[in-house]
Amino acid sequence: MSHIPPPPCINSHFEQKAALGTLYLTATHVIFVENMSETRKETWILHSQISSIEKQATTATGCPLLIRCKNFQIIQLIIPQERDCHDVYISLIRLARPVKYEELYCFSFNPKLDKEEREKGWKLVGLSEEYNRMGVPNNYWQISDVNRDYQVCDSYPTEVYVPKSATAHIIVGSSKFRSRRRFPALSYYCKDNNASICRSSQPLSGFSARCLEDEQMLQAIRKANPGSNFIYVVDTRPKLNAMANRAAGKGYENEDNYSNIKFQFIGIENIHVMRSSLQKMLEVCELKSPSMNDFLWGLENSGWLKHIKAIMDAGIFIAKAVAEEGISVLVHCSDGWDRTAQVCSVASLLLDPFYRTMKGFMDSYWISGYNGNILHYFRYGNLDGDPKEISPVIDQFIECVWQLMEQFPCAFEFNERFLIHIQHHIYSCQFGNFLCNTQKERRELKIQERTYSLWAHLWKNRADYMNPLYREDHSQTQGTLRPQTAPCNFLYKFWSGMYTRFEKGMHPRQSVTDYLMAVKEETQQLEEELEVLEQRLADLKKVQSNNRKENSKQQDQNTHLGLSASNNSIANTPQDYINNVKSFPSRSPSQGDEEDSALILTQDNLKSSDPDLSANSDQESGVEDLSCRSPSGGGCLPSEDSGKDSDEAVFLTV
Amino acid sequence: MEFAELIKTPRADNVVLHRPFYPAVEGTLCLTGHHLILSSRRQDNAEELWLLHSNIDAIEKRFVGSLGTIIIKCKDLRIIQLDIPGMEECLNIASSIEALSTLDSVTLMYPFFYRPMFEVVEDGWHSFLPEREFELLSSVTNEWRLSYVNKEFSVCPSYPPAVTVPKSIDDEALRRVATFRHGGRFPVLSYYHKKNGMVMMRSSQPLTGTNGRRCKEDSALINATLRAGKRGYIIDTRSLNVAQQARAKGGGFEQEVQYPQWRRIHKSVERYNILQESLIKLVEACNDQSHNMDRWLSKLEASNWLTHIKEILTAACLAAQCIDREGASVLVHGTEGTDSTLQITSLAQIILDPRCRTIRGFEALVEREWLQAGHPFQQRCAQSAYSNSRQKCESPVFFLFLDCVWQILRQFPCSFEFNEHFLIMLFEHAYASQFGTFLFNNESERSKLKLPQKTMSLWSWVNRPQELSKFKNPLFEANSLVIWPSVAPQSLQLWEGVFLRWNRSSKFLDEAYEEMNNIIEYNKELQAKVNALRRQLAELETDDGMQESS
Repeated sequence: MSHIPPPPCINSHFEQKAALGTLYLTATHVIFVENMSETRKETWILHSQISSIEKQATTATGCPLLIRCKNFQIIQLIIPQERDCHDVYISLIRLARPVKYEELYCFSFNPKLDKEEREKGWKLVGLSEEYNRMGVPNNYWQISDVNRDYQVCDSYPTEVYVPKSATAHIIVGSSKFRSRRRFPALSYYCKDNNASICRSSQPLSGFSARCLEDEQMLQAIRKANPGSNFIYVVDTRPKLNAMANRAAGKGYENEDNYSNIKFQFIGIENIHVMRSSLQKMLEVCELKSPSMNDFLWGLENSGWLKHIKAIMDAGIFIAKAVAEEGISVLVHCSDGWDRTAQVCSVASLLLDPFYRTMKGFMDSYWISGYNGNILHYFRYGNLDGDPKEISPVIDQFIECVWQLMEQFPCAFEFNERFLIHIQHHIYSCQFGNFLCNTQKERRELKIQERTYSLWAHLWKNRADYMNPLYREDHSQTQGTLRPQTAPCNFLYKFWSGMYTRFEKGMHPRQSVTDYLMAVKEETQQLEEELEVLEQRLADLKKVQSNNRKENSKQQDQNTHLGLSASNNSIANTPQDYINNVKSFPSRSPSQGDEEDSALILTQDNLKSSDPDLSANSDQESGVEDLSCRSPSGGGCLPSEDSGKDSDEAVFLTV
Repeated sequence: MEFAELIKTPRADNVVLHRPFYPAVEGTLCLTGHHLILSSRRQDNAEELWLLHSNIDAIEKRFVGSLGTIIIKCKDLRIIQLDIPGMEECLNIASSIEALSTLDSVTLMYPFFYRPMFEVVEDGWHSFLPEREFELLSSVTNEWRLSYVNKEFSVCPSYPPAVTVPKSIDDEALRRVATFRHGGRFPVLSYYHKKNGMVMMRSSQPLTGTNGRRCKEDSALINATLRAGKRGYIIDTRSLNVAQQARAKGGGFEQEVQYPQWRRIHKSVERYNILQESLIKLVEACNDQSHNMDRWLSKLEASNWLTHIKEILTAACLAAQCIDREGASVLVHGTEGTDSTLQITSLAQIILDPRCRTIRGFEALVEREWLQAGHPFQQRCAQSAYSNSRQKCESPVFFLFLDCVWQILRQFPCSFEFNEHFLIMLFEHAYASQFGTFLFNNESERSKLKLPQKTMSLWSWVNRPQELSKFKNPLFEANSLVIWPSVAPQSLQLWEGVFLRWNRSSKFLDEAYEEMNNIIEYNKELQAKVNALRRQLAELETDDGMQESS
């Protein structure tokens, strides 16, 4: 792609809390550099993050251009010259909609890792390792190579896990009776009671069609769980939708044709409903100084939390069937790659503490990706795809995890930031993980050879993503999570940390997580110091009982331990020590990145599009809604006067 | 009157207690003059429920055959159910509870009978006297004096005997101003901002009436707080419309002509029955058993509770902003100056003054700005969210204040010495308590009935180390800055700790809190150990050095 030269010094400024600066367009980013002050604050936006660009009516100050991003950042640029504005607009439209995979950032992104490190990154999580951990293959489940070369189902991986009693004949037969040939395959296996979660697409049952092999397939799934005499078949669609599908020769399982199944509808709406729901919710977030009623009404009207609850309810139902009843479950929707993926992931998360660790969460992604589809690419349309196929399936799953974290604060090894950064990178196209829809496509594109893995990046920085309240031996960490079900509407809350992520003023000014992480870090240092001190004390005592000559020798050694003599003097009071660390907690994560921001221009390092960074530079940006933003300053912002002008606008509007 | 007359059936066996999230408990129910007690007889897991009759907001009876059920709805929003065998017994118990929970005379309330089982280290009745507060003030300024003009409660029945006023204004002038202000509530000092010497005063509305009555002393009083050439702000907690209508009833507001140095801002905050209805609707929504997500949000919206929170916080931020950022003095009032006025002045202090974010400082604030300032607790807190009898005086004004504090606490989790439990405790005691602190409507009534002599102060109980430890926020790091909360709808949340307290299991959240405590405790422990070792080492080394040099 040709590099587009920066337009000549466009004076742009962001709406309301405006800043004058220069806009640059590069092959990968929109960069806005502020003229003001020595800091020359920068806002970097990846083209792949741009979800819409809107040219607004020209005003006296210039032509406004509104850019909405997939990570929920919104910025408005006001460009003095109409012509420049139009050029920027045209360029951005083109840049935000790559037509070839090769144009995506991940193919040019280079975090300066060598080949070996890159390969290691991709090997961090793996499909077969994960199934091994679950305890398969075993007496009941085996790997089938029926899909080698993707000849049975091109959206499945080559390795699929199926019941031992399901022969190739049964699998192929069943696949012919399923939408897109997505036959039932193992998603989660519970070692303790042999119950499993399988997934597929809808059967091509129409009004009366049957398929012997498909019936045998379901029978085989039941037999793989010897303790149970039936399986649940969960159709995650609303009943009406499923019935409508029958007219098209698709539909759902007839309980009469399949022996020993219990059929169940769970009404999760389709991707189109979800897309418009998110749209409506984001519109609420965009409102300028909404009243409480505007906000709540809009939130309700969007239906977003209702959908989240529906997904959670489905996950809870499946987890309960597996953990408490010991019954295997087959889950499908239409194609079995949106709702099915969400619901199976939520159920696994509830069932297995491993998925609630950082490593396990990455693995669960792998599974949901491989065993069904890669959830994302198709839906997230980074390539110029059909906008009607874009849907917030993955956002909803990430939100479900957050909702669970709110209810079980000690159960997850990772924190909110982890989820936010994953969400960011799903759309950033900086890493290869979320590219393509199928394993087949991924292999064809040689994703692993040509791009880097996000998991390696997150793993490297895992200290930032730890939940300080997580303890491996904590009771909440163990076993199945059982969220409260009735009545629980109020347990689902608006996730301000995600959807108004860039409105820093709206969030708690002090982060408990960061505070506790700093305390824990300090605790660790103290533990080390304690050990050293105890050793020294013991040595010193020993020496004192010996003669003086040796004594002085010993002291020399002690200084080698890294504690200078002055460090031991009483002058180093406890207050001093606390003060050193004190600055930590009040330091917000974004402030941390500020120090790094100077690096960005010179070096295309990893940080350059880290969510935090863009979050940080955004403080001055976009739709900072002054009238509902409180005065800055206070707790953790160092300069109390920084927001003075805006303050007056805040409460004095009579 | 003897309580025995009201207790028709003092005891019933085989009563089953149902509470959400707890297994049913079977036991014996006893009624005493002030308590409903249920104790299970099972030795291994003896459980007792003690419920103050004054905590009971409403009861309902139901019968299935001879099994009676009483549903008790408490002022702390809890709902419990008692299954009582025997129709007559059940009816008797229900009517006894009803009678005992609606006693007319305050002097029959439990605080007058309560004998503490703990040793009183510090008598809370004397912990926060106006004289003490004034001492603190005089260490930073000498422009104010403590006036005893209201010693006999004759000038203003809802003010305490001692109030802080500008030094240049004598008692005679105060008496005159009192006649010009609703209920005699002349402007008094509420808060002195050390950083810039600006002040916040509070009062009631001026009685200008329709013909624009004026009072020279009144303007002199409030002008005395202005620096030369400076302007001040009057924050009227009513809309301009309401304020104008008040003139017809003899009330009014400060006209520009008569108060040229003051800029008036109307910041409407709801009051009385509107707030009470809001509370009733909100609690109804929280107790709704349906599984419909939509209904929950629309009910939350329809209750308007969070709207009131937003309004109150915004007005408080405005007052704080005028003082801290504009460098101007502020006078806050509404109509009576006993409700919304106090919400604003007390919240503004939480925002501005780090002291108010400590436990003792917050207690002092509640004493000063609510109890001594004459917020009519008895009237406002007589009934809570389940009351059927809608009297005009009940209103969750103080409750809203606590909710607002919680909102700020949530946004600044490390800046408060106390935790959420402290606020919940205050909420409970404001509505039903064994202590005398929140009884009656003002200092005059309290002193007439010799409350300090006859009852125990809540502070005497709270301020003992073993109680305080429950209310301490482990995350607290003194923060001397002004803390500006966000009032955006996205930043305000339902106070789950109170409203969902009985409708959800808090097990996992409690565990998280405990874990947080452990992390911090362990850190402190290590710090102490390391420091001790360092000292020890240092001593040994100096010993050593001395030996060597000798």
